[in-house]
Amino acid sequence: MAGKGGVGKTTVTAALARAAALTGLSTLIVEVEGKAGLATLFGRDALDYAEVELSPGGQPAEAADVRGRTVTADGALYEYLRDHGLNRLSRRLLSSGLLDVASTAAPGIKDILVLGKVKQLEQNETATDLIVLDAPAAGHAITFLLAARGLLDAVRVGPINTQAADVLELLTDPGRCQVVLVTLPEETPVNELIDTAYHLEDRVGVSLGPVVVNGLYPDIEGLDADPDAAATAAGATLRAGESEALRAAAGFRRDRMAVQQAQVARLVERLPLPQLPLPFLFTTEIGPVELDVLARALLAGIRDLQAVEP
Amino acid sequence: MTADATEATAPLLAVIDAAEIIVTAGTGGVGKTTTAAVLALEAARRGRKAVVVTIDPAKRLADALGLEELSNTPSQIAGDWPGELWAMMLDTKSTFDDLVTKHSGSDEQAQRILGNRFYRNISGALSGTQEYMAMEKLYELHEERAFELVVVDTPPSRHALDFLDAPRRLTHFLDHRFYRLLMAPTRGIMRAANLAAQTFVRTLSKVVGAEVIDDIITFFTAFQGMEEGFKERANVVFDTLASPATAFVLVASPRRDTVVEAEYFAERLLESDIAVRALVVNRMHPHFGPGSPAASRLRATTLEGSDLGGLYANLADFALVASKEEEHLTGLAERVAPAPVIRVPFLRDDVHDLTGLAAIATHLFA
Repeated sequence: MAGKGGVGKTTVTAALARAAALTGLSTLIVEVEGKAGLATLFGRDALDYAEVELSPGGQPAEAADVRGRTVTADGALYEYLRDHGLNRLSRRLLSSGLLDVASTAAPGIKDILVLGKVKQLEQNETATDLIVLDAPAAGHAITFLLAARGLLDAVRVGPINTQAADVLELLTDPGRCQVVLVTLPEETPVNELIDTAYHLEDRVGVSLGPVVVNGLYPDIEGLDADPDAAATAAGATLRAGESEALRAAAGFRRDRMAVQQAQVARLVERLPLPQLPLPFLFTTEIGPVELDVLARALLAGIRDLQAVEP
Repeated sequence: MTADATEATAPLLAVIDAAEIIVTAGTGGVGKTTTAAVLALEAARRGRKAVVVTIDPAKRLADALGLEELSNTPSQIAGDWPGELWAMMLDTKSTFDDLVTKHSGSDEQAQRILGNRFYRNISGALSGTQEYMAMEKLYELHEERAFELVVVDTPPSRHALDFLDAPRRLTHFLDHRFYRLLMAPTRGIMRAANLAAQTFVRTLSKVVGAEVIDDIITFFTAFQGMEEGFKERANVVFDTLASPATAFVLVASPRRDTVVEAEYFAERLLESDIAVRALVVNRMHPHFGPGSPAASRLRATTLEGSDLGGLYANLADFALVASKEEEHLTGLAERVAPAPVIRVPFLRDDVHDLTGLAAIATHLFA
């Protein structure tokens, strides 16, 4: 999952995982930036390097589970060193900053460590049907995914080359990996999305899934009506100030919807990818209940796309 | 601190008039860059000579501010105001190069470092370098005394605190603990650690090639002696941030995650006895008239199916989200009290020129 900071990427990641689980796919969310928010969406405390259950299977009956974990370059390196017998000293080496030195010497190593671990999860985890990776925000997402290519060019042989080659194979196989971009229907996020999409396709060679457009104000019947006329038609009386309030509120939604629709149209024109719309939720905190609403909206959107396809 | 009429009605103006440095802090995607630009613009309109240091401006805004390419010196923006408005986009690498040159004992030492391939990777590869250089540029511009007000944007990040924490990564890196581990004598208690480091380097050498290892060693050797200078510099810069001449303006949106990040930031500042000077909350939903969300929702349900019912449902939606946003801000507002909380509503269009900045100004300085 990729997208500019602030577009709701973490929420959409969680919603997509829940949507997959609702269709019976046991899903693992992988978070790579150490940010807190994700677990809270499921009503849990925090993620960890080891898997944590976010949403149990069987609720409702046919749904599978959603688990989550973080993967960091430090953690992946520590595991690698431990598996190669350098356990006791690896902590000291890590705290001495060797990972920073290595990644400065060969930019991309950290990202390969993370992606390599994800590839390992994809290959070894038989219980998991789908991995949803919450990637770094926009610009970093490109370098993150480019890391494999860069390292392949820089390092011709050896275990890192094999690792980079394997990761690239995973990333560029549409049957195994897709990048889903997330945006808000606003000018700057849409601009950045278009840039990111082209970069990812051209330079990384990943396959792009549908674009999730987050935060669309839903339409309401009656929004265009004049409040006083509507009151008369309904046989109701409005108190002082209510007519103005109703009028102003309706105008605000109409205006925002127009702005949003214009941006959606721009996106359709500039980027020929299918879209999955998500509604704006009139709340400040997203929890399991809201997540289910979003998950079902995604499933409905996917069904709509499938109906269109030949 | 007496509250006079001006302060009560436009608290941010008091900040703009008095501060020498303003830092806009918060997570990425909340409108920090735009807020920083508006603050600098208003200072110019009020007769001050101001500069805004942007980090990652959106392309159209960058164009409007004349920031087509990175340059490490500010350029002036033409406009009809009594003061002056200057702007620049931070060039992390050039700022680092300048620092190296400044701290080097000789031209030769400087050149050895600047030409080193490992060094050249640092500003791109090591996270925290951008934050360190943003602070450094802030300090430089302030010390030069060429500007009355320096407004500094902070790098977009998931963690608002990165601005304060991340610079330490660079100083630790330059402190080359790993290098010392590597070069330690292969005897006594350091032996095992040294062996492990050697093993690691051998592996790394297979990965990146022996010349890169040479580059690493050359860099740290050449850098020896300068790490103290960098550490001291970082301390001096931090002292400037902690002085009364610096005003931190926290920027957030009513969403839970940005509020939480802003709270962490405010708390951390308090630990260093620094007060947040103002809180700007962007993208607020407006309040529409009297009446509680529950009352509107009730009318909507009763009148369901009619146009009036739809209008009430709409009103109820906005009443609900507006009240939740306020509730959300209460904790943050308490945390930053007595700093004023300035609410900016959703704006029609994205801000990408001076006209847009002026539109925001009407809300910030109302």
